[in-house]
Amino acid sequence: MAATAHRPTARKRPAGAPTREPVRRRGRVIQWKGYLYALPALVVLTVFLLVPLGQLVQISLFHWDGISVSTWAGFDNYTEIARDPQLRAGFLHSFVLILFFSVIPIALALVLAAVTTRAGRLRGVSVFRAMIFLPQVVAMVVTATAWTAIYAPDGVLNTALRAIGLEAVARPWLGDFSTALPAVGLIGTWLEIGLCLVLFIAGIGQIPAELYEAAKLDGAGAVREFFAVTLPGLRGQITVALTLTVIAALRTFDLVYVATHGGPGNATSLPAYEVYNRAFGTGQVGSACAIAVTLTAVILLLTFLITKVQPQEDET
Amino acid sequence: MAERTPRRPRRRLIAAAALATGVLTGVAACSPGPSGESATSAKTSGPVSTDPAKAGKVTLTVWDQNTDQGANASTEALNKAFMAKYPNVTIKRVSRSFADLKTTLKLALSSANPPDVVQANQGYPDMGAFVKAKLLQPVDRYAKAYGWDTAFPSQLLDLNRFSPDGKTWETGNLYGVSQTGEIIGVYYNKAKLKSLGLPPPTTLTGFETALAKAKASGLQPLSYGDADKSPGIHIFGVVQALAAGKSEVRKLVFDEGDAKWTDSGTLKAATTLRRWADKGYLGSGFNGKSKDQAVDSFGQGKSLFLLEGTWQSAVLAPKMKKNVGFTALGPTAGQPPVTQGGEGLAWSVTSKSKHSDVAGAYIDFLVNKNGMKAAATHGNLPALPPADYKPAPGTVDADILTQWKAVSEKDGLLPYLDYTTPTFYDTLTAAVQELTAGHLTPKAFTSRLQSDYSSFQNSR
Repeated sequence: MAATAHRPTARKRPAGAPTREPVRRRGRVIQWKGYLYALPALVVLTVFLLVPLGQLVQISLFHWDGISVSTWAGFDNYTEIARDPQLRAGFLHSFVLILFFSVIPIALALVLAAVTTRAGRLRGVSVFRAMIFLPQVVAMVVTATAWTAIYAPDGVLNTALRAIGLEAVARPWLGDFSTALPAVGLIGTWLEIGLCLVLFIAGIGQIPAELYEAAKLDGAGAVREFFAVTLPGLRGQITVALTLTVIAALRTFDLVYVATHGGPGNATSLPAYEVYNRAFGTGQVGSACAIAVTLTAVILLLTFLITKVQPQEDET
Repeated sequence: MAERTPRRPRRRLIAAAALATGVLTGVAACSPGPSGESATSAKTSGPVSTDPAKAGKVTLTVWDQNTDQGANASTEALNKAFMAKYPNVTIKRVSRSFADLKTTLKLALSSANPPDVVQANQGYPDMGAFVKAKLLQPVDRYAKAYGWDTAFPSQLLDLNRFSPDGKTWETGNLYGVSQTGEIIGVYYNKAKLKSLGLPPPTTLTGFETALAKAKASGLQPLSYGDADKSPGIHIFGVVQALAAGKSEVRKLVFDEGDAKWTDSGTLKAATTLRRWADKGYLGSGFNGKSKDQAVDSFGQGKSLFLLEGTWQSAVLAPKMKKNVGFTALGPTAGQPPVTQGGEGLAWSVTSKSKHSDVAGAYIDFLVNKNGMKAAATHGNLPALPPADYKPAPGTVDADILTQWKAVSEKDGLLPYLDYTTPTFYDTLTAAVQELTAGHLTPKAFTSRLQSDYSSFQNSR
């Protein structure tokens, strides 16, 4: 929206075109006919999204066990999130997961993408891409089950470590308080890196070849070229990757549900898991909704901040 | 841009205000859940008709959790027999695993058309909550009509009793009866025990001696895997039952008297469990090992003991044949065993059931002599073992029957600890993992449990 304002409309229009001034002025009055076209979408949105969202907020203001009479709680359920160390830890854990779901995959994928493109024409690039994208296609429950087997005390990882004499390092990765969260996080890295890489490779393809040629003529090396041409050219893709992966990190549920049940202790408890657990397990529906609302707000806020990084249209 | 800016926020403001007003009106107008007294359409008192044949054409919807092989087979056989006896009755069976039932039953019960018969888990989190919300009807009149009140030992009936407001357990109305029994006990490898020159343990001290001896001889003492979190409740419960004694555990779980989780008995139990972990009796990496892996490794003869429920006999018996034995421990030598356990989920009748008399007759069909026999023939442990049920001597089933009789008939049955409060399962399982991993001292462990307990007591 802001970009249109920067760009005077008149300049883009052919000289002969009639001036749109009057129309624009009328446009400031609400055009109800326009909303009529949006109505079907709006109805679907309202029924399936806005109404449940409203109910979510409503229930979060009550103490309710899910079946019997509820009592008004005000903001009790929200203050509980701030007071309960276990819930606070849950939110903290999901920020740790952002490191594993977003930061590491994006950094790695950038390097890999830059290297891949420098290799020139590769044979079977599409096969390679499909393979690296595969984790995104596999159902999360399957992924979690497979990784649980890998991380098990007698699993593939420990067997491999023992085989090369690293007996001391072998441990029950998902059952050890210090490694459980990073272990879950690394599954996320494995999951997201393909998505980032595919996005970036496509993005590099869109960067004009002249820029690379110019960089070469100016005597830029591989590193300089990456920072001067590739990275700025990928800002849009990085934003998309950030948005998708941060959301994936914050809403992680199935991974923890299958692999650790939030354990050991509460070392891998996450807000999304708590929402499920409190709503369906322990009969704290109000509290579950309050956590869900908070989580939604956090996700919205982070997504908003990420879009701030997005390049302005006139820069591309 | 300059002219448009002031207008847009205002429009947004209006929209936001409208949304907020709408939401707030909604919030103020109604609260989630039923409003006040819920009117039950069906009659839940009065004389009982014990003949379903006279009920006309009836479809009875039944939700159970009998998905295990043996339990599934006996339920299916009994349902078939019931429909054959009363052709006017059609049973619509919905069977879900324990965890799935636990998470969906609340929604099903509070819907407009709940099932007629459901299996409700004992304790405050489930049955207590259902009774409080008036979703189950008392079955005392059926108990009288069918003689359940005399057939079952009182401690089995009391587990299914609640005050009408759902706030006090073990007293008041009867809300269901159970078909099967279960206890947590010690499975032992007979050959390995013999090679160590030890008799089957009968007390906690004897058990710990055996653990130490096994460890010293290089044999894994106990197969234990707590990645699923539930085994933590069982192992701690068994130790606590013996260390704290039955009256204290009952006071804690049933919330009678002023017992505290920080009392010496529970502390002693926590210290004992921690010692076992520290000495390596529980093996290494147990918090990352699943329950099935633990059972499997005991089944393969890799360890001396397994602390598990009677329901694992169906898995172990075919693998180990007569090499596996089962026992329950007593506080001191010569005293009857005391352990965690209970009865299968209670078969209950919902408040809104339109065919409660048929539902009552169906439940009786499951728990009468014939029903118990059907359960037994399919490898389940019947709550009331029929006199003619005699498993082959030397088998683990024979051991289990002996122990169940000793425990259930001599007042040795202690409730599962997660019945204590709606959040106790989470609190206890996480705390046990931290205790055994050395992240929580026994003292901090007990105060963690107590803080969950006291916040529940304050909220009631």
